[in-house]
Amino acid sequence: MAKILIPTALRAFTDGKSEAEAEGKTVGEVIAAFAAAYPDIARHLYDEEGRLRSYVNVFVGDENIRGFGGLDAPVKDGETVTLVPAIAGGGAGRA
Amino acid sequence: MRILDMVGNTPLIELANMAKAFPGVTVLGKAEFANPSGSVKDRAAKAMLLDGIEKGLLTKGKTVADATSGNTGIAYAMIGAALGYRVSLYMPANTSMERKRMIRYLGAEIVETSPLESSDGAFRAVREALAREPGRYFYPDQYNNPANPGAHYETTGREIWEQTGRSVTHFAASMGTSGTFTGAARRLKEENPNVRAIAVQPDSPFHGIEGTKHMASTIRPGILDESLQDDVVYVTTEEAYETTRRLALQEGIFAGISSGANVAAALKIAGAAPAGSVIVTILCDSGARYLSDRFWDPPQTEGIFDWNI
Ligand SMILES: Cc1ncc(COP(=O)(O)O)c(C=O)c1O
Repeated sequence: MAKILIPTALRAFTDGKSEAEAEGKTVGEVIAAFAAAYPDIARHLYDEEGRLRSYVNVFVGDENIRGFGGLDAPVKDGETVTLVPAIAGGGAGRA
Repeated sequence: MRILDMVGNTPLIELANMAKAFPGVTVLGKAEFANPSGSVKDRAAKAMLLDGIEKGLLTKGKTVADATSGNTGIAYAMIGAALGYRVSLYMPANTSMERKRMIRYLGAEIVETSPLESSDGAFRAVREALAREPGRYFYPDQYNNPANPGAHYETTGREIWEQTGRSVTHFAASMGTSGTFTGAARRLKEENPNVRAIAVQPDSPFHGIEGTKHMASTIRPGILDESLQDDVVYVTTEEAYETTRRLALQEGIFAGISSGANVAAALKIAGAAPAGSVIVTILCDSGARYLSDRFWDPPQTEGIFDWNI
């Protein structure tokens, strides 16, 4: 079980929750399980082709997964997965 | 001439190649990247700081403090350096490297806040700092300061009116603080009530159009005036990226993502506008501010996930 930290911009779709738990051996599986638990979130995370949107940055612990195998990067039990828009203006962003 | 005198009076560029599909309709972009610190925010920052000085609120020895995702911070840092004020900026940690570096090289201090909280976290943090030491800071509060839209009423809106020879029919702009949209739309409608003002909005609260705010899901800026909005055009981040790349390739205009969003909206408006329409939008900042971003490389079409670096 991994812990997902939810950005404020997505909390409208998680009943205001800032954290969730999701099952999966890789980052891709954990995010897919999270999206399945809160169906309204999927279209904000994935494009029409089912790819994670390119401006979503994913961290496992403090590491951006881009340097660590991308969505195939392994997630260990109890690790924290963080979703952050590539920019600061995202979601609750102010200019 | 001082650096502050270089703010405003930016060129209005015709996007002739991109608008070719709409004969009789003119699409124009206001080249705000030509401002001295490189963005539209020079106008608001200059107006708010000069207003603070005039009102005796910004005095020597005080530090300018505000929450920003970058461009306003760069503008404050430039003006602070020129006029001799310290500047302290509260920004989410995921603000781009280019912005943070430019701010530091202009001598301002950055306080990083949680990237998860976006600029709401920065907004809260600056208010906490102010509450702790109220006498130390001048807080322009760009979301609620009437001098912000005031700058666009006095300059951006007036310039557009004059540069189009009073022929502008539509004005479209994305919104961060909403200062640009509110001020310029107010001026243009005062000059000609038939001018249509169209707000540009990201389609999702979770988006990548830097500098813009999804109004429906975030704290409403005090300066926002919805009565000026004749219409809202929604743009996806992917459309904004694509249009930003096209601006570079088809017009030779190397602009940022919110400029792409604005032009994407302007072209949608052009598709439905009658011949003779003159559509003006804002080219908010330069693409150089996003060089570390991956979006410049078109998305891969292969593979399940798009993790091109
Ligand atoms: C890149 C960019 N585009 C657009 C805007 C929106 O401008 P305004 O705050 O006047 O609404 C900003 C504001 O910071 C910005 O940084």
